[in-house]
Amino acid sequence: MSGLRELYQEVIFDHNRHPRNFGKLEDANRYAVGHNPLCGDRLTLYLKVENDLIKDLRFEGMGCAISTASASLMTERLKGMTVADAEALFGRFHDLLTNAATDDDTAALGKLTVLLGVREYPARVKCATLAWHTLHAALANQEQAVTTE
Amino acid sequence: MSSQKAQVTPAPAPALDAVRLRADFPILRQEVHGKPLVYLDNAATTQKPRQVIEAINHYYTTDNANIHRGVHTLSQRATDDYEGAREKLRAFINAADTREIIFVRGATEGINLVAQSYGRPRFKAGDEILISAMEHHSNIVPWQMLCEQTGALLKVAPINDAGELVLDEFHKLLSPRTKLVAVVHISNALGTINPVREIIAAAHAVGAVVLLDGAQAVAHAAVDVRALNCDFYVFSSHKLYGPTGVGVLYGKRELLEAMPPYQGGGDMIRMVSFKKTEYNSLPYKFEAGTPHIAGGIGLGAAIDYVTAVGLDAIAAHEDQLLRYATEQALQVPGLRLIGTARAKAAILSFVLERIHPHDIGTIVDHEGVAIRTGHHCAMPVMDFFNVPATARASLALYNTRDDVDCFIAALHKVNEVFA
Repeated sequence: MSGLRELYQEVIFDHNRHPRNFGKLEDANRYAVGHNPLCGDRLTLYLKVENDLIKDLRFEGMGCAISTASASLMTERLKGMTVADAEALFGRFHDLLTNAATDDDTAALGKLTVLLGVREYPARVKCATLAWHTLHAALANQEQAVTTE
Repeated sequence: MSSQKAQVTPAPAPALDAVRLRADFPILRQEVHGKPLVYLDNAATTQKPRQVIEAINHYYTTDNANIHRGVHTLSQRATDDYEGAREKLRAFINAADTREIIFVRGATEGINLVAQSYGRPRFKAGDEILISAMEHHSNIVPWQMLCEQTGALLKVAPINDAGELVLDEFHKLLSPRTKLVAVVHISNALGTINPVREIIAAAHAVGAVVLLDGAQAVAHAAVDVRALNCDFYVFSSHKLYGPTGVGVLYGKRELLEAMPPYQGGGDMIRMVSFKKTEYNSLPYKFEAGTPHIAGGIGLGAAIDYVTAVGLDAIAAHEDQLLRYATEQALQVPGLRLIGTARAKAAILSFVLERIHPHDIGTIVDHEGVAIRTGHHCAMPVMDFFNVPATARASLALYNTRDDVDCFIAALHKVNEVFA
């Protein structure tokens, strides 16, 4: 059970049960749809970006505990961040999750470290990164749904 | 449901000793996350008995050679074994002739072959192809591609809330425009056993040919293509205790004779010149290139294995186990079955309230229990039941009540973790 508790930490249950920034953002100027064909998860991300600053963001959709918590934690973290910083954080987060980063410096992640448990579950890494891939697409203003595949 | 039953009431099948049979499957003797492996993902692929693994090993160790053309001893042995497997397959589904048994890569390729070789030269704008709403993507997409190529229309017979085909609607959709009916024999996502005799009779009455997708069926019940009177029947080896990468297309000989080759290459020709090529006769006309020889031989060994155990005994065993698993599963708080057809085989598809199937899958894996989670390549079925995905436990001849008990205990654990 130790590995399982590592994956399903209390913070994740909390964000799964009570996702933050959930629902449509009426005055969004960027949005994207993310899709994980493996499990059928769909997520819509709305952003309000002004002067390269993420003023506000919200998400909608149904997913597993990991993907819902990840989306919730992401929206919490990115509010008020510059686009460049958000993209850099995604890069760092992605590298750590996929073990592409050899060092174990997780300081930049802050609260997002609760998601690092997925490293032991390669099949679940996409659950944790779906929201971030969707963010990337929204910032690039991609109209088509992005997928984790 | 169909009132048509088998012609004779079968004698009670001899009990199957799953515990003894398990010993034939080396892979089952392992622990996952420190727990004994409970393998319940058989609808995705079954495990392989030692007899199949040894047949493949034997082929590569002693007989490996290309088939059909060599005069040397190894080539003769390989050819004999490969063609011997074809004869086993003929007997297994009671086809009239080994020429009606075409080796393909799997059920999917079998369906594509029929779509492209039977359908494409014949179908035209206004013709209709009728499928059901419970089909696997592999029995949807090849027909959509064919429709794009020919202008034919794809019609879909609906299912009800139990996951059964709505026969009235199916009959209404049949017309002289219907050229082909393609339905699943046993649904991979729901476990529904379709009333295929009634479907075939009704389709034939309007002049349509019928393809049955038997990928889930052949390992769970005896199939007799002549008694069914289906025109095409496809299945895969790997869901029948055999290796991956090989499968069978059965087709009535007169239909196959009239169809052009699916692919060009070696083995499917009789004579080639730059002016003209003369195609080989059945079944080789449809078997271009060196086939999966070891796979065919391994499949032959799998047929020997399931025949020795007995399809009726397997069906009775799995039926008992499914009833037990269903009873137990319904005791799990928040569990809802997806697919509750009266005629059902070997598959328990379900969702848990407020818990995503993906989370279920990860947590039960921690208990050593392998199940499938996702859309099971049947997205339209998921849409119909308004779920993104389901969790699915599927049974095989080697599963026991202990396996079911471990599975149910693991589901309680899921509820505990998410409490």
